[in-house]
Amino acid sequence: MDQQTIDKLLLLSQLSLLPEDREKLLGDLSSIVELIDFMQSIDTDGVEPLSHPLEVTQRLRADEPETCLDQEQYQAIAPQTRDGLYLVPRVVE
Amino acid sequence: MTEWEPVIGLEVHVQLATRSKIFSRAATTFGKYPNSNANGVDIALPGVLPVLNEEAVRMAIKFGLAIDAEIAPSCRFDRKNYFYPDLPKGYQISQLDQPIVGQGILPIFLGDGSIREIGITRAHLEEDAGKSIHTEYEGLTGIDLNRAGTPLLEIVSEPELHSASEASACFRELHSLVMALEICDGNMNEGSMRCDANISVRPKGSEILGQRTEIKNVNSFRFVEKALRYEIERQIAVLESGGDVILETRLYDSERNETRSMRSKESSDDYRYFPDPDLLPVDISDDLIESVRATVPELPAEKRNRYIVELGLTDYEANRLIEDPKVSRYFDEVAQSNVDAKLAANWILGEVSAALKRDEIGFAQVPVAPGELGRLIQRIEDETISGKIAKSVFESLWNENGSVDGIIESQGLRQLSDTGELENVVSQIVDDFPDQVRQFRDGKEKILGFFVGHVMKATAGKANPKQVNEILQRKLRV
Amino acid sequence: MIPYANVAQLRSGLDNGEFSAEELAYFYLSRIEAATDLNCFITVDQEGVIAAAKNADKAIAKKNVGPLTGIPIAHKDLFCTKGLLTSCASHMLNNFIAPYDATVVDRLRKAGAVTLGKTNMDEFAMGSSNETSFYGAVKNPWDRTRVPGGSSGGSAAAVAAGLAAACTGSDTGGSIRQPASFCGVTGLKPTYGRVSRYGMIAFASSLDQGGPLASTASDAGTILNAIEGYDPNDSTSAIAEATDCHSVSPALKIGIPSQYWNDLSSSLTKVLEEARLTLESLGHQFVPVELPHTNAATAAYYVIAGAEASTNLSRYDGVRYGHRAASAESLENLYQVSRSEGFGSEVKRRILTGTYALSVGYYEAYYLKAQQIRRLIRQDFLDAFLEADVILTPVAPSTAFKRNELIEDPIVMYQQDIYTTPASLAGLPALSLPCGFSGQMPVGMQLIGPHFGEASLLNLGREYQNETDWHVRHPESGDD
Repeated sequence: MDQQTIDKLLLLSQLSLLPEDREKLLGDLSSIVELIDFMQSIDTDGVEPLSHPLEVTQRLRADEPETCLDQEQYQAIAPQTRDGLYLVPRVVE
Repeated sequence: MTEWEPVIGLEVHVQLATRSKIFSRAATTFGKYPNSNANGVDIALPGVLPVLNEEAVRMAIKFGLAIDAEIAPSCRFDRKNYFYPDLPKGYQISQLDQPIVGQGILPIFLGDGSIREIGITRAHLEEDAGKSIHTEYEGLTGIDLNRAGTPLLEIVSEPELHSASEASACFRELHSLVMALEICDGNMNEGSMRCDANISVRPKGSEILGQRTEIKNVNSFRFVEKALRYEIERQIAVLESGGDVILETRLYDSERNETRSMRSKESSDDYRYFPDPDLLPVDISDDLIESVRATVPELPAEKRNRYIVELGLTDYEANRLIEDPKVSRYFDEVAQSNVDAKLAANWILGEVSAALKRDEIGFAQVPVAPGELGRLIQRIEDETISGKIAKSVFESLWNENGSVDGIIESQGLRQLSDTGELENVVSQIVDDFPDQVRQFRDGKEKILGFFVGHVMKATAGKANPKQVNEILQRKLRV
Repeated sequence: MIPYANVAQLRSGLDNGEFSAEELAYFYLSRIEAATDLNCFITVDQEGVIAAAKNADKAIAKKNVGPLTGIPIAHKDLFCTKGLLTSCASHMLNNFIAPYDATVVDRLRKAGAVTLGKTNMDEFAMGSSNETSFYGAVKNPWDRTRVPGGSSGGSAAAVAAGLAAACTGSDTGGSIRQPASFCGVTGLKPTYGRVSRYGMIAFASSLDQGGPLASTASDAGTILNAIEGYDPNDSTSAIAEATDCHSVSPALKIGIPSQYWNDLSSSLTKVLEEARLTLESLGHQFVPVELPHTNAATAAYYVIAGAEASTNLSRYDGVRYGHRAASAESLENLYQVSRSEGFGSEVKRRILTGTYALSVGYYEAYYLKAQQIRRLIRQDFLDAFLEADVILTPVAPSTAFKRNELIEDPIVMYQQDIYTTPASLAGLPALSLPCGFSGQMPVGMQLIGPHFGEASLLNLGREYQNETDWHVRHPESGDD
């Protein structure tokens, strides 16, 4: 764990950091990495990864549309809207 | 002077024609007020969860069966993570290494009438994003999530296409296929099908692939061809001037007809794919596959072959007919009243299409039942009416409908085939024009048309042209 | 009206007309008012409570009552409650009025329960001490200088202090069981998939599970029966038979895994030893079991939970709801400032850890490795359950610690979960029961059952509580 990695992680997760917090964070993340590196001592050769505690499969939904009636409520809790649109700073493509 | 060979692979995004979205119950209909078709799942409220739409799965399987691909017995959904305002969750639910549809084959029909089999690498399900709209408001961008969550089938072809026209033929083929399967409305203008192309060039004969570029979002057959033509030339020019093609995403500008480098819209290219913990693995049972198989119709390639080989239509006619399953279905129904297929094709691609254009309606609204058009063609074939009269019968059918035979009778359009009556008419006219008779007999045979015209006039066009000819010949030659 | 009454007692009081649901609601509101220093509640729904109570009284008058009609409860503030602030104890959702009800909330409302309000918690359920809440720490009613545990600390403290008859909580790595233990109440983490997650704001989707905190195992069962069951809005919710938690417990084989006792303080060991003797005296038999991969659980848990959290929390971008940076000139700026202002430091640490574990070059070494270990841990339990019907372990390595004691050191804080994360990774049900005291602080024991084995845990728990009185000891508070 180093400053470069932290910068990459901050960018990927769209977080920013006050300069004074950097050292503490670097220390914390380093010790967390130390903690999780304990895993490397476990032999997992040929073990199938488990992404769900219950090994069950997806139930599918019938294709029946429902009309959304809550748009006003949704817009009411939005920081900035206009004519039904959510507004963000100009996106340049 | 090296000869260059383009190597092209397509990634085609097909919006599936489900009624509700892939992971939410919101309707997929567009053109609505911004965000009116975006429910809690689509705007990614805290606490909401995705629930997979069975119809999207069935449609993907249907496509897989149509390209003779292996359908994964079990597939998985993954999260593709990146921040963008049209992506409300901050990740797109897609399929990384367990796509629902595996390797398949797509026969494409080339301009020269030949057929090439293009390998389809895979096809997977994912969700569409919303739309960013540049507003007038203080230089802000507006986000409309009505489209967010629309099911997409991303179809990836092998890099086996070697010209711009092959690429657009492949795109075309996919278009008629998904239309025929009725899994997509095929509406290019509304972006129901979008095409990305990976393209590189290499010296002909070389085995090594050149550096590729990706051209994003070319959404018409014509643009695919033009964009690729331009890009092929550009890459060749770069290489021949000793430069290097760089791996990048390029955007096609149809106004300037050029491709331009486009900076990646994501903040990073590390998507951190991992299995979506909100969705369980999807098991695809043989029963499900078989129940879908039962719904797979005759495929465009098969149809085209049948039209050309069995019915003797031209490539052009066959392709025109299969462009839209509604048209070919109509044609098949007309042909059922066992009339000459060619005649039927001519009527549909001629009169019918013209009338549709004139009245600005789609094929779904054709007012003339295929059975009636079949009957009309029969009446031409059995010489009840002439082709010319048939056109006016068609007009009446189109406007006040009713039956072909009814119209022929009520308007008394039946051809005069009664020889006795025709004999009299003809003799009368021969007597009326002695000079022209003389000219004919002096060898000016062209003047025959003059007599035919007068007979037709006298019989209001109902005379059977063949008979008129015979009788005239007989009477004039004596 | 007696404080600390359990659900069963309140039920008979309401049905026999000793008091009305409305009177009961006012009684609890006044207790909440008197105990604001505990900081158990983020929101108290003054009007809502009374309206709901009045409806309950109508139903009771019509003799149209269910087990929870008129019973005052509270929800952990990560359950969406329509029209009510649902903050997840985060600045990010400080202004988020949920536009819909979570399935758990909806089912309890339909069961007639009266919602007092929303309880405090660690921010986005990330914490073991309730010190990461944007709304400030919750105090432990047994000793106001100590933490109530976390992340469902507000719910546990509220039940312990008699501010609600029962509360909902959520458990990702121990967030129901550990605070239950620290506050001397009964807490159940159901089998993964037993209770719908729809409307329960996600921390780690493959681990999160909602459940009850109550004063008795019997009450916990009553709440569970109201909230359990398949939900078409949650693909991961299971179709399973309702939990029969009101029948007599048969004699059980109770497994004792050696791995759980190594670094446990002597005083806690002593308390748990007594609990074991009591259970033996009730005719249950103890057998040793092995859970060899226990020591890898914490590491695997922090990788998996972090990874899932890092992307579950990407939706908080200041665009559609929640905190938005005051002035953002660019999109990136909007994201970064909104998120950095909106999230506390622990949440950021987890997001960054999870992003790290998923990023190119580390995915195999961390995320996949953790999932492999997850399977090994699950297999350990499946094997153990061939020997034993349920497994008895401690809940936490200590009793409630002092505020600010561990908060500066994430690693030590993470170690608080060593006994609770294994069952979470395996998706197993686990019950935290008060079983004694160390000093004047309560101690809990953990009973872990096989998948969907809640009934044996709750019935055993009820039997134990019929035999003991640890669960009816209450902290002294201002008014009694």
